[in-house]
Amino acid sequence: MHIAEGFLPPVHAVAWSAAAAPFVIHGVRALTREVKSNPESTLLLGASGAFTFVLSALKIPSVTGSCSHPTGTGLGAILFRPPIMAVLGTITLLFQALLLAHGGLTTLGANVFSMAIVGPWAGYGVYRLLRRFDVPLMGAVFGGAFVADLSTYCVTSVQLALAFTDPSSGFLGALGKFGSIFAVTQIPLAISEGLLTVLVMRLLVRSSKGELTRLGVLLTRKQSQAAQAAKGAQAAEGTEVESR
Amino acid sequence: MSMSKNAKINTLLLLVVAALAVLPLALGLGDHKEEPFAGADGEAEGAITEIDPGYEPWFTPLYEPPSGEVESALFALQAAIGAGVLAYYFGVHRGRRQGEARARAAYEKNAENAENAENAETAASPSGD
Repeated sequence: MHIAEGFLPPVHAVAWSAAAAPFVIHGVRALTREVKSNPESTLLLGASGAFTFVLSALKIPSVTGSCSHPTGTGLGAILFRPPIMAVLGTITLLFQALLLAHGGLTTLGANVFSMAIVGPWAGYGVYRLLRRFDVPLMGAVFGGAFVADLSTYCVTSVQLALAFTDPSSGFLGALGKFGSIFAVTQIPLAISEGLLTVLVMRLLVRSSKGELTRLGVLLTRKQSQAAQAAKGAQAAEGTEVESR
Repeated sequence: MSMSKNAKINTLLLLVVAALAVLPLALGLGDHKEEPFAGADGEAEGAITEIDPGYEPWFTPLYEPPSGEVESALFALQAAIGAGVLAYYFGVHRGRRQGEARARAAYEKNAENAENAENAETAASPSGD
């Protein structure tokens, strides 16, 4: 659930848009580079965007007695790294702001910052960390997707608490209020998102082994270290040859 | 019906997701609310008016679905577009794998036939000589 149109004071709206813009511009560059150098990845890029489309359209009941929807940004962040997800997430948010009156244009910057920037980066970070500790692929994917989802709504709560500090209990009081609405509601949905992301990754491992290997998803820590070392050795050899 | 281990795990994942969505409804976890299972974004709007009763949204959506029905149709459309693209992706890859398997089988069969023919020829050649 995104922040509704007009529900952030103008100063906050402008500030969040300014904060989000560089990430999205950088993401557009990363996306064009990816499509140019690996045209065969276009289809998987589309599938990653499609996953976000599906998941952020599903409003699911939660234990708090209210509804919210997952984000679907963890998958794309794990496959293509977070900058590209910033673009795919922004497209989804624009679609919802323009056609569904869900979220909004004045709150687009804040919503992009939470769902398309912090969520993917947090999820990707957790995924990489778990992989570094040799957690099996699917465990790391679950952790990454869960954190991408939950962190998005934690940021939404912080954004609202910053804009609407409680007159009696201050920022923390407001954070508690918005957090109980967004973040607590989101916990079971984040579990669902983690499980669905694992499901799609399992299907991808079966159908697109080559692609996942190229993207480095299927490598274990040792394998990726070996690949890095080989690359380094190659580069060193290259400079040696050049210097001769 | 026998399922592969892989299909069993995938089905289990879907069942857990379904259970997580249905249990709050089945257990009546929204009963204490005036409006059970409303959107969290709407509740946040309520909290904002509680904290700052004078706050007025300063911008309204350029387009707003005229009714709840149209809105849910558009949400369904969004999910359908996404699901369609995902299905296309997995369909293309399944087709590719099947095509590769068929081509490999045909190639192996050809090679086998050629080998058999060669063997038959060498076996036949001494008597013809």
